[in-house]
Amino acid sequence: MNAYSETMVWLIIAALGCGTYLVRLSFLGILGNRDLPEWVLRHLRYTPVAILPALITPLVLWPQATGGALDAPRLSAAIVALSVGIWRKNAIAAVFAGMATLYGVGYVFG
Amino acid sequence: MRKTPSDSAYLSGIIGGLPFLLVLLPFGLLFGVLGTQAGMPLSQVIGFSFLVIAGSAQFTALQLMTENAPVLVVLASALAVNLRMAMYSASITLHLGAAPLWQRALLSYVLVDQTYAMAIQTYEAQPERSVRWKVVYFFGLATPICPLWYGATYAGAVLGTTIPREFALDFAVPITFLALVAPALRTLAHIAAAMTSVIMAVLLNWMPYNLWLMVAGITAMIVGAEVERRVSLAKANLT
Repeated sequence: MNAYSETMVWLIIAALGCGTYLVRLSFLGILGNRDLPEWVLRHLRYTPVAILPALITPLVLWPQATGGALDAPRLSAAIVALSVGIWRKNAIAAVFAGMATLYGVGYVFG
Repeated sequence: MRKTPSDSAYLSGIIGGLPFLLVLLPFGLLFGVLGTQAGMPLSQVIGFSFLVIAGSAQFTALQLMTENAPVLVVLASALAVNLRMAMYSASITLHLGAAPLWQRALLSYVLVDQTYAMAIQTYEAQPERSVRWKVVYFFGLATPICPLWYGATYAGAVLGTTIPREFALDFAVPITFLALVAPALRTLAHIAAAMTSVIMAVLLNWMPYNLWLMVAGITAMIVGAEVERRVSLAKANLT
């Protein structure tokens, strides 16, 4: 975080705000009632599942807090959160199960 | 004109939006806590929730900023996560496209995952409703949802200064993302995209400036789309 000045952080927030607003406004406000080509739709459907797993992977495998070493509480918390999320289809349940595992296993090993 | 409760578009909207508060409260709190612990002043943490109002993108930006990633990588990754909203915008235009421009401009600001999901479900079940009803209903949905997002962020930010760092909250972001992605793994194509994303992240980890994230994301998106295309081709051939 310390790589950015306070002004830079505000610029990032403003740019993200404008960019996100423009994405939301795209069809509703500008392009109007026209169909997106099928192949574009097909790619857009996968944006969250394509980016978020890549973002998580190094955080699970090489957490900064442990100096990059694989660690039992974090790995088991990740596995539990993922399993509960797939099983219950419920994000909140997955967060609670994951955090409970993180603290539980952390307590046993720590 | 006789008015029944279900005729009040605004009230129906508010009622439709209420269940989402349970989901948004913890994530808003968490963003506030983590933003504060990452070292952002209160104004910036709130600024994020007020200007961006998109949980996944906010967490993505926050995570990359704590890693001191280049500004362009922060922006491109967080915006890429939000590209799905172009899909929402296109599909909601069928129902709201006839509203005046100033209304559509305001609606765009409150077009978030939860308002979209609820609105499209209602519009498809009640296609006979007027455009005006649909617009008012949408603002009704946003009435509890958006202020709660700001409020939860504020509460989290205030709380964040009091939570000791030993609580291993560094790992709350990965757990949050896993929790958000897991329920979305409902088709072979979604699973293929997620697996590709993970494998590419490991293979490309040598790339500087977090560039691996963009490459992994784009590759995984293409794989997901291609698997979907082949699965539907295979299904078509069967019939």
